[in-house]
Order: sequence, then structure tokens, then C-alpha cells
Amino acid sequence: MSAAIATAVGASLPRLESLEKITGRAQYIADLNRPGQLHAAITQATVAHARIKGYDTREAKAVPGVVAVLTGDDFPDGRMGAFIKDEPPIAKGKVRYFGEPVACVAAIDEETARRAARLVRVDYEELTALLTPEAALEEGAPAIHENLASYFKVWPAVCGGNVASETELSEGDIAQGFAEADVIVEGVFETSAQAHVAIEPCGALAEVDASGRVTLWSANQSVFRVQANVCESLLLPMSKLRSLTPRVGGGFGNKMEAHVQPMVVMLAIKTGRPVKMILNREEDFEIVRARHPFKIRMRTGAKTDGTLVAREAEVLLDCGAYGDDSPGVLGYSLLMSRGPYRIPHVRAYGRLVYTNKLRFGAFRGFGNPQVSFAGESQIDEIAAMLGLDPLDMRVKNMTQPGDRWFCGGELASIGLAECIEKARAASGWDQRASLTASPGKRRGMGVAIGAHISGLLGTGAIVRVLEDGSIVLNTGAVDIGQGSDTVLVQMCAEALKVPVEQVSLASPDTDGSPYNWGTTASRVTYTTGRAVVAAALEVEKQLKIHASEMLECDVGDLELRPGGKIGVVGVPGKEVPFLHISLRAHWRSGGPIVGHNTWVFNKPTLDPKRAAARGLPFPQIGVYSFVCTIADVEVDEASGKADVREAWSAVDVGRAINPGSVEGQMEGAFVQGMGFALTEAMVWDGPRLANPTLMDYKVPTTLDAPHGIHTIIVEAAEPEGPFGAKGVGEVGINPVAAAIANGVTAATGVRLRALPMTPERLLDAMLEAE
Amino acid sequence: MTARLSVTLKINGAERTAAVRPFDTLLTTLREDLALQGSKRGCNQGVCGACTVLIDGRPVRSCLSLTANCVDAEVTTIEGLAPEGRLCAIQKAFVETGAVQCGFCTSGMLLAAHACLQSNAKPTADDVKRALSGNLCRCSGYKKIVDAVLLAAEGGI
Repeated sequence: MSAAIATAVGASLPRLESLEKITGRAQYIADLNRPGQLHAAITQATVAHARIKGYDTREAKAVPGVVAVLTGDDFPDGRMGAFIKDEPPIAKGKVRYFGEPVACVAAIDEETARRAARLVRVDYEELTALLTPEAALEEGAPAIHENLASYFKVWPAVCGGNVASETELSEGDIAQGFAEADVIVEGVFETSAQAHVAIEPCGALAEVDASGRVTLWSANQSVFRVQANVCESLLLPMSKLRSLTPRVGGGFGNKMEAHVQPMVVMLAIKTGRPVKMILNREEDFEIVRARHPFKIRMRTGAKTDGTLVAREAEVLLDCGAYGDDSPGVLGYSLLMSRGPYRIPHVRAYGRLVYTNKLRFGAFRGFGNPQVSFAGESQIDEIAAMLGLDPLDMRVKNMTQPGDRWFCGGELASIGLAECIEKARAASGWDQRASLTASPGKRRGMGVAIGAHISGLLGTGAIVRVLEDGSIVLNTGAVDIGQGSDTVLVQMCAEALKVPVEQVSLASPDTDGSPYNWGTTASRVTYTTGRAVVAAALEVEKQLKIHASEMLECDVGDLELRPGGKIGVVGVPGKEVPFLHISLRAHWRSGGPIVGHNTWVFNKPTLDPKRAAARGLPFPQIGVYSFVCTIADVEVDEASGKADVREAWSAVDVGRAINPGSVEGQMEGAFVQGMGFALTEAMVWDGPRLANPTLMDYKVPTTLDAPHGIHTIIVEAAEPEGPFGAKGVGEVGINPVAAAIANGVTAATGVRLRALPMTPERLLDAMLEAE
Repeated sequence: MTARLSVTLKINGAERTAAVRPFDTLLTTLREDLALQGSKRGCNQGVCGACTVLIDGRPVRSCLSLTANCVDAEVTTIEGLAPEGRLCAIQKAFVETGAVQCGFCTSGMLLAAHACLQSNAKPTADDVKRALSGNLCRCSGYKKIVDAVLLAAEGGI
């Protein structure tokens, strides 16, 4: 192995764009400007549910410096939505949540635009605001989407009234399963709305050329989803809009589907000038999207020896005002509700209900952290009833090689046993009885396990060899900070046996990049990585055809040699560098060397012989990563405040292309999960979000996060994964809340079934228990 | 339109003149008038710390500091941390430990970390955590950021 290879796959290379980020030169959407640009601001609805009877924009238009004021009447009748085409580009005819954009203004500067936006008057005919799924399900509740039945949907939707989606999955015979159980636990679990709080707020910048074609830069997780959403909602042909991305300051799901892009594009079209809009933090909280609050009724049954026999989950999701990714979150949460266990009888049923709140959508974990909180709490409850060690209980029931996932998905690699074993050893789990608490505190260790699926939807890669033999890789995948640019380049360099420095990465561009559904669903390393490797293989083939003619030998006698050369097997020194091959290809024979590959994951989620499904949103989904997380938790007896002293997360990622980045994902996921577990909750005061600021919405700081977060990488190679890799972006967050909750119970004897486990809730529960 | 007054600021060792309004914050002046965009606006309320700069060596939220009040001060922004491209130890340590993810908090983190090391050459992990407690990061979980500051303090870079 040469040095060049040793520095590619498996090396913790620093981010390729590190230098620009540590010197302040990285450009995010707020840093981009165009000549003659206008600044835009939104007018937000002051009611939660109403018909719009009319607008008065005269006062706003009269403000000096205002160039355009647009309301719903100025927008075409298009609608967007990843699953249900139910969302207009701006409130049109109706307002569906408090704070929804009802008008937008473009002016010479941001201050003027914001001032004018506050002067737009809207005449509302108020309707009953439906602020909870229960209220929206009531007999006689007004429909939030009167035309739901006629909206286009991308999956076999079961919907009606205010139910946006209903999904049911089952295996075995649930009644028989519970009849066979010796012990049954049942409980209702509730989780709160969590805000993404990417430190970069959302924004966009659009301009229109003389022919009417739009160029759009925005903070996003997919230039292609931006293109689709804007064009659907504004009724533009997709070829008339080019979507680009600068650096992205964090995503976690909130930048996957549209935010302000449709409004910004419409303002640019109407004014003929570049228009830029950057949301302030409050707006970002109020109008982008958030993690779904779940209500989960779960039942789990086991034999007295601890063998699990049945699980039933019924979930109720607050969809918010628009469908967005919600039907996917519902279906995915049900698919994950069995957990990584062998349970013969399972039924999972859920409803997604429109309410008059901001849309809920994709957020790291995609419904899995919520159901994992319930399911993994119950594994501990059963273990306690039967006097079993919680980890032994998990080992006894965990999914094994040769098993299928709930509903029948094929599991080609399972590193779960090794994750559990390594986390157990590293954390000192078996010696935990000897841990001592700090004065005035109680201490306990909790464990939870989990899995996540990576693989959805279309992706591609183009690898080009330039005249000088250097390589440009183009995938269309947006690096939202997690490090995919570096990982994809590492894979390309490894596949072509060239130094990483010889490979450059093209910025995502809907004009020039192959389609990439997005940086979401933990998918880029696995799906795009596969395309990169396949495209590089195509380049290798073309290089060898040239080399065989240049070296006058058979293609089969040639090999790729480190450093960018093709040589004759067994004949040292008989070789040609990429440079010579590429010059020949460009100027004399064959044409420039371009390798490409596109594919879409095509193995079924459902095996109809094993399971039944209704309203399943993902017919083909992906490959499985596994995790075991252990948290050492302390609870203050006087305040009820829970702290994580230390944590261990062992994760099976198939192959760590960049171990340092895998650690970064796992550490970040742990702390984000800790926020979900302990402090983070969006709170509504009537229809209005009461805490849309970082002062009142509490994300963990350095003082909250433990420094001792230990990541243990397990590599159960995925047979078809690139170099064996599978996803890592989300798997780490899934078990965190449950591990902490189980630690809280171990420490205090108290079990909370509602998140976040605030000091108030914990103290109340502890006092009640005494 | 509010009248603008011309002020001269000392930023990263150089005198810079800007026409500012009385209510303009240093963050606005840096980003919009002086094209120093490395300081980021994450919340504009002094909570997230992405806009942290040094004023006379102390870490300060530039979104809460009025430009007009900074005329007699030495302001250091992220653009001034590596004069002539010479990275300082803390910048190198951020790269080395993988403390950089999306990068949006990085400028503010680096300046807060720099100030921490200026006031305490041999901090403990807890010292570093206290010094960075006003800077939010949503990507990293903070571990590698704290490790980076400790690495820079050890002179291991």
C-alpha cells in the first residue's frame, strides 16, 4: 500500500474546506450579494386559521425604498410538498398557522423591507384554530385543507378530513402474541416539538436573467428539492430554474424542503432585480419546520425468561399546517417501532393529523427518536419486572444475522452484537453498582439500542479526468457541515488510487450535477458513495482502454497504480500516467474521459408474505446501521435537574470512510439527543409560539454537554456499500433520550414518559414517589 | 433615512472608516460596510455567539455592540486571527482535531477560544467549557472543540 492509498478511505482527514472555515472566508447564503440587489422581508399572519378576505398594501407600498409588495393574490396556484402537494408558496386564500407568511416585500435594504412588511393589512375571516391533533380529529372540526382529497400524493395515501395520512404495518398475530405473553407493559409516551436550530438561519437569493431564467442560491440540503419545490409552487418549468448552494451552516432536516425560496424567486421575477431574504432567528423558529410532537401508546409483551413476543405501537403525530415530509416520518417511525429485535407479533398503527401550527417535518432521526424513547423505555420496564439485566435482555432479543427487519427488509450486515459488547465493556456497565453519586445527587446508568436505514431515492456521480490528469468529482450532494464533500473525495481518490489533493469537488448545481435527492436520510455516504465508486470504475475502464493501445497490451493485463498511473501487471516501470492518457483522449483519440453512474435503491421494504401494510410511504428504503448508547446520569435531589456525566455510543457504520467525521456525527447526535431528552421544547401560548428565541429555547451549551462522549466505531461491512460503508448521520440520536431516561430511572426509581425530562417534571415525579 | 456619521475604527490592526448610523451594531458595520463577513449573524440577540469578536482582547458579541462605541477600541475579527495567512495555534488545532463541521459557529468559537488562552495559558477542560459557554454549536457536541483548545494550550500543534 502506498502513502496515497493510506491517506484516503479510513483516514481521519480534516475537512477539505477547513481553511476557509477557520479564516472566516467560507461563504454562506447571508454572505452572498449581487449587484442591484433588493432585500426582502415577510408579513406574518396574526391569526392561526382564517380565510383571507382581502389585503391593503397601500401603506406598505408608500414607504420610500419599497419596490414590491406581493400577497397571495400575486402568486400562481401551484402547490408543493414532498408527499402531498398541499402547500402554496405563500398563504393563498387561507391562513393555516399563526406566523405564516401572508405577504412579502422587496426594498432597497432589509430595514425598509421589514418596516413595510409590518404595514401590510390583511382582512381575515377567522375559523376555529385547531391546535392539537385531538382537536383536529373532533367531529365537526373545520377542514384545514378542504381540497385534500384532490391533492396529488406520491404514495398510496390513506387520508381524509384532517387526517393527512394513516399507516398500519403488521407481522404475525398481535392478539395471539399478547395471549402468549407472561408479562405485558403498557404506557403512553409523549415527546415535544424540537427545533432544529441550525446556527445559520434560512435564507435565499434569486435573480432572473434577460430570458426569464432564474438563478437561485439558498441554504439547503438539496439543490434539486429546492428546484422541484419552487417550480411546483410557482408553476415554472424546472428547466427554467437553476438552483445552487453556497456553504450551509447546519441542516438536520430543516433545509431539505422549501423555506423562503418560492417567495424570493417570485419577488425576483416581479421586480426584475436580484432579491435576497435572510430570516431572523424568530422567523426561523416560527415558519421553517420542527420535529413532530408524538403521542405514543405502546405495549410490549414477553415470556418470563425475557423473550419478547409482542409489541403494539399506536402513534398520533401533529403534522402542522402542511404535509411536508410528515407522511414519511409517520411511516418510518412505525417501521422502526419494533426496534432491532426479534419480536414475532407486531402491530404498528399511526395517524398524522393536520393542525394550525407550523409544518413539522424531517429532523435527524425522522420519527425514530420518538418511538425509540417509548420502545427502549419498555425494554427496561420489562427487564425490571423480570429481574433481568437490561443489557442481557437486549442481547437475548436482538436481531441476528439472517433475520429480516420489521415488514421484511433484508439485513445484509448487522454489527449490533459487537456494538453492545463494546459499549458494555468501555462503560464499565457490569460494575455500575459501585458508582457513587456526588453529594445531593443520585446516579445511574441507562442503556438503549437502535438502528437506522440509509439508502433512499435517486443519486449519481460524474468523474472527469482533466487534461492534466487531475480529477473533478461532481455529485450534486450538498455538504451541510457533516463532511460529505471530504468523504466522497476520499472514496473517489481511493477508487482511482490517486492522492486526495488530485481530486476536486464540483459545487452542487442543478444545471451541471447529476440528480441527488438530498443530504437527508443518512444517505450520502452510502448511496452517493456507491455512485462515486461506480463512476470511478467507469473511468478506470476508459483509462485502461487508452493505456492498452498506448502500451500495446491487452486491457486485462493492466492495473491501476498508486499516484495516477496505469501499468502492465508484473512489469514495473511499464506504465503511463493519467496525464498522458488524458491528453491523448482530449486531443487525439476517443474523447475526454468521463465516468458516470446513477442508481436508486431497489430492494423492497415490504415482503407481503411476512407482513401487511397500508399507507406505507417507502416501498424501497435501504441498508441498516446499528447503535448501542450508554449514559451515566446524575439527578440533583433538590432541583430535579438531570445531567449526563459521561456517555458511550458504539455505532456500526459498515466502514468508517473518515473515522474523525464519524465521531463528529456521533458526538453531535448525542448532544442533540440530550437536548431532546432534557431541555428542548417548543411551547405554544394559544396559537402563538411562545419561545422562538435562543434565550427561551434551550439548546445544550458547553456546560450542559459532557466532555466524556466516547464513540466506538464498529465495522460490519455492508456487502454492496462503498468500501463497506453505510449511513451514520442519524443513527446516533435515536437511542439517546431512552438511554438517558433509563439512566434517570436507574438513578431515582422514577420513570418519566414525557420529554423533555425537565427539572420540574423530574422533581414532581420524585416527590410523588416518596 | 437616518443621518450617517463617519467613524474610524481600528480593526485587525488597520484603521478602517465607515459611515454608520447611531444604532448600527458592530456586526452590521463589519459585515455590510467593511466586507468582513467572517463574523456571523446567528440570532442577533447576543445568545448564539457566532458574531463574537475581540474588543481590546475581550470576547464580545458584535451584534450587541454599537459601532459608535468602538471608535477607541482595538477590534479583532476572525479575519485578523491569521495575519498574512499564518494560522495561529488555535486555528490549526481546530483543523487537526476535526472541530470544524458546518463552520457557522467557528469564527466566534475561535475568537472566544483565543481569548480564553490569552487569559489562561493552561486551562482545564472545565475552564475551556466555561470560556466557550456563550458560543452555541449544533453540529459537534462540543467535544472536539474543547479538545482543540486543550491541544492548542498544550502547544502540541
